[in-house]
Amino acid sequence: MNFNYTQLLLAFSPEITLIIGACLVLGADFITQKSVPLSQRVTQSILVGLITLVAAGYLSYTSNQALDIPGIITFDPLAYGSRLCIIILTTLVVCSLGATPGRTQPAEYISLLLLGTSGLIVMPAAQNIILGFLALELASLSLYILTGFDRTRSRSSEAGMKYFILGSTAAAFLLFGISLIYGATGSVDLNLIASHLNSHPLTPLTKISLIFIIVGFGFKTAAAPFHLWAPDVYEGAPATSAALISSVSKLAGFAFFTRLLSLGLAPLRGNLSFKDSSAGWLILLAVLTLASLLIGNLGALAQTNIRRLLAYSAIAHTSTLIIALMIFNTTGASLIIYYTLTYGCALIGIFTILGLLDPEYKSGLITDLAGLSKRSPLLAGLLGLYTLSLAGIPPLAGFFGKFFVFTFALKSQGLSSPLGILVLAGILFSAVALYYYLGILKQIFVKPSTQAPLTIKLNVATLAALILTALVIVVLGIAPQLIVN
Amino acid sequence: MNALPCTIYLSFTGALLTLLIGKRSALGARIVALATALLGLEITLSAALSYIPNPHGLTTLVNTPWISQLGIHYYLAVDGISLTLLILTGLATTAGILFSWNIEERVGEFFALYLVLIGGVYGVFMSADVFLFFVFYEIAIVPKYFLVAIWGSKNKEYGAMKLVLYSFVGSSLVLAGLIWTYAASGASSFGLPDLIQASSHLTHIQHIEIFGLIFFGFATLAGLFPLHTWAPTGHVAAPTAASMLLAGVVMKLGAYGCLRVALPLFPQAIDFWQPIIACLAVLGIIYAGLIALIQEDFKYVIGYSSVSHMGFVILGLISCNLKSLSGAVLQMFSHGIIAGLLFAVVGRMVYERTHTRNLNELKTMGLGKRLPFVACVFVIAGLASMGMPAFSGFPAELTILIGTWKVSAVWATAAAVGILISAAFTLRAIQLAFFSEAKSVTSANTHAFAPITLPEKLGSILLIGTTLIIGLKPDLLFNLINPALQSPYFENIIKGVTS
Repeated sequence: MNFNYTQLLLAFSPEITLIIGACLVLGADFITQKSVPLSQRVTQSILVGLITLVAAGYLSYTSNQALDIPGIITFDPLAYGSRLCIIILTTLVVCSLGATPGRTQPAEYISLLLLGTSGLIVMPAAQNIILGFLALELASLSLYILTGFDRTRSRSSEAGMKYFILGSTAAAFLLFGISLIYGATGSVDLNLIASHLNSHPLTPLTKISLIFIIVGFGFKTAAAPFHLWAPDVYEGAPATSAALISSVSKLAGFAFFTRLLSLGLAPLRGNLSFKDSSAGWLILLAVLTLASLLIGNLGALAQTNIRRLLAYSAIAHTSTLIIALMIFNTTGASLIIYYTLTYGCALIGIFTILGLLDPEYKSGLITDLAGLSKRSPLLAGLLGLYTLSLAGIPPLAGFFGKFFVFTFALKSQGLSSPLGILVLAGILFSAVALYYYLGILKQIFVKPSTQAPLTIKLNVATLAALILTALVIVVLGIAPQLIVN
Repeated sequence: MNALPCTIYLSFTGALLTLLIGKRSALGARIVALATALLGLEITLSAALSYIPNPHGLTTLVNTPWISQLGIHYYLAVDGISLTLLILTGLATTAGILFSWNIEERVGEFFALYLVLIGGVYGVFMSADVFLFFVFYEIAIVPKYFLVAIWGSKNKEYGAMKLVLYSFVGSSLVLAGLIWTYAASGASSFGLPDLIQASSHLTHIQHIEIFGLIFFGFATLAGLFPLHTWAPTGHVAAPTAASMLLAGVVMKLGAYGCLRVALPLFPQAIDFWQPIIACLAVLGIIYAGLIALIQEDFKYVIGYSSVSHMGFVILGLISCNLKSLSGAVLQMFSHGIIAGLLFAVVGRMVYERTHTRNLNELKTMGLGKRLPFVACVFVIAGLASMGMPAFSGFPAELTILIGTWKVSAVWATAAAVGILISAAFTLRAIQLAFFSEAKSVTSANTHAFAPITLPEKLGSILLIGTTLIIGLKPDLLFNLINPALQSPYFENIIKGVTS
């Protein structure tokens, strides 16, 4: 490992910017908190946060593979695209932050969010499993606190506690798995691990380590049967935190595990086919895919709370993403990035709107949305757009995400293979999914409203966030080649 | 000719405009919608008039790369078959808007959804890239839910959900089949001509499997027995204009998909599937006819009659010879017009005045005397639906039967029995609804009904005129359809069976 500190500084400049930004937010708030009313403190914190994110975004936009530090960090397409998308999505979340009323500690919230982001953007780029794990923990710890941030609601604290306990258990599993890998290969550098594993066949030790790693993976990406935290966290967390967990954290998690599995542990891939299967992570992932598909879609059917429904639908979407991960070596990063970016935009949009409606709808039931199209046509229209994108209706981006994954999966394996069957199941279950998404739309557009029109004042940043997410969904839907190529 | 793609863009623009205008003025929204529909009709008609059959098959309108990585093109092309159905779309849209002139609730949204649906339908009939085909097909599905669930009647939410889920499951099967074809055949693009060429590399078993997926996926929407159950409930729940579109145009999307995609891509599978599908089609014709015979609800009679008549289309398609196919396309057109008219009578002209569709209640009202215009229109539509000569249903069903006879006399005979049943249930409906003696005079049948409005008259005349013209001179459309069927595009399927 030959590198000097200038190199290190350059490579990690976005992370450093974010951490400095996190401190600045706190500092600025500390100076002004006595003299300035809360609403201005919110604006000020959001502004500092946005400036930091834009700077970090610019720095990661200009980074390139020349900045690679072998064995530590890389800026290949997967890392580059994921980092950029994470920052874009986080920026959208921060924009929508002003919409969540009653936030008493804006600076702490944003500073934690920036800190978490700095961890999240290391995850897709880490070539070193220890660095990757540390980044994941930094991100997770911030997210635990963000989940339990709303101390006035017991639901929020409960969700934060659940997320923390389950999350740290999963992290322990992951760490144990990683340590076994280190024990088996004697290295923490993904490239060295891969080349060592290449020359050594699958041993019982690496098999066990794989299982532990998959547990960590399942938790981080909310794949069944490790999904149990998701409904509670989605329901209890403040809207912006839930948006963050469902979009950015998912993207970073997938990028991280894609690198870990498809590059570092590529020799342990195994083989997935009806005739000559061999042990490896492909089989484990196939099981996770099927479980997520079933539990996600069928679980969502039974939900009456919109956030819990979104959690189950997120589990169902995870199954498609796992298929994308399984064919990563033939398709590259664009599938995963396209899917998570457009999916994240839809969820950020939905959670922003739910956050706006929170004071109106304390119970969070789907039926509370009844007649929203009359009460607020703009929000209803946007919510309809996001939901249709999640349901995979063309020409919205959600459809293309699924279509690309399914097409490339069939292209690489054919239909008469386990992967082909999973794809077929995925396509057919999209009809089940349409049922519960239409259930939401039915409340919004069909049911009559009994209440007076909403008088929600949208501030500029929130409106911008909503319009931008909608634009991404429409534009990337009509012109998906922007990312796919 | 080159203006044809504008019908799609016009419909979507019209949708946006009606949505914006509808909040201020209901009349404005209606006029914009009608203008959009008329413009679309004008474009399709003038394109059909100036169309010179292309001996090679499809005439390209637009072809630009869309998603180059997968070889997906924005590829619109037409031949005589698409033109026939485009004209049908234009006519059905115009009539549908005329018959929903009286909608007062959320007018702008109604016409916006209506026009989005129409834009999707126009798109499907012009797509020559299966991916694009699928995208337009899906665009046409979602608005149906809202049209039925918001403006519908009896059991509307249930009917809407059933309708949309059936369509969506069908389209999922289609999507799976299409991706499979693309992936397995190693095709370089999703363009139909390319795929047809590439699919010949697939194995025989694959042909049979994929054809099954795609054909049944499309046939769900075309109302093939036993996948038809969405149709009666959906039609009954839907508001008049939506039933007219559903029966008139949307069911044709499925049949068109079978003809345009399933059959040409997998000619080798036809031999295997022909007996199975033909049996289902014949069963559907007879079964739906018998069910229609005992319905109490006037609209259910028409709903089941649609399923029965669409059975003829499927039978014609799967019989796979020039006669049967051209008959099937003509039947799509003819049924689109006639079913639209029947639904207009039942849903708009009768129900809006009597507020009941129960035949036993209608029986007591003496509608024949009190609504002579409606009775007259329904008798004409009923005659046309039964396959009376001089109306478009006659040449269509006759051609299908002649074509089917060449393949199997049994199917043709069984289908002919279906025509008898269709005469029976239509006459029963006419008798009960319009020409029963009003036995008791109650308050319900003494007050005068609202007079027939101008849009209703115009709509009826438009549809009756069309079915008469085509009935008297079917060559107007056969001259469009037959050259298309004789083009190289369809040569595989037609050669494949009649030898």
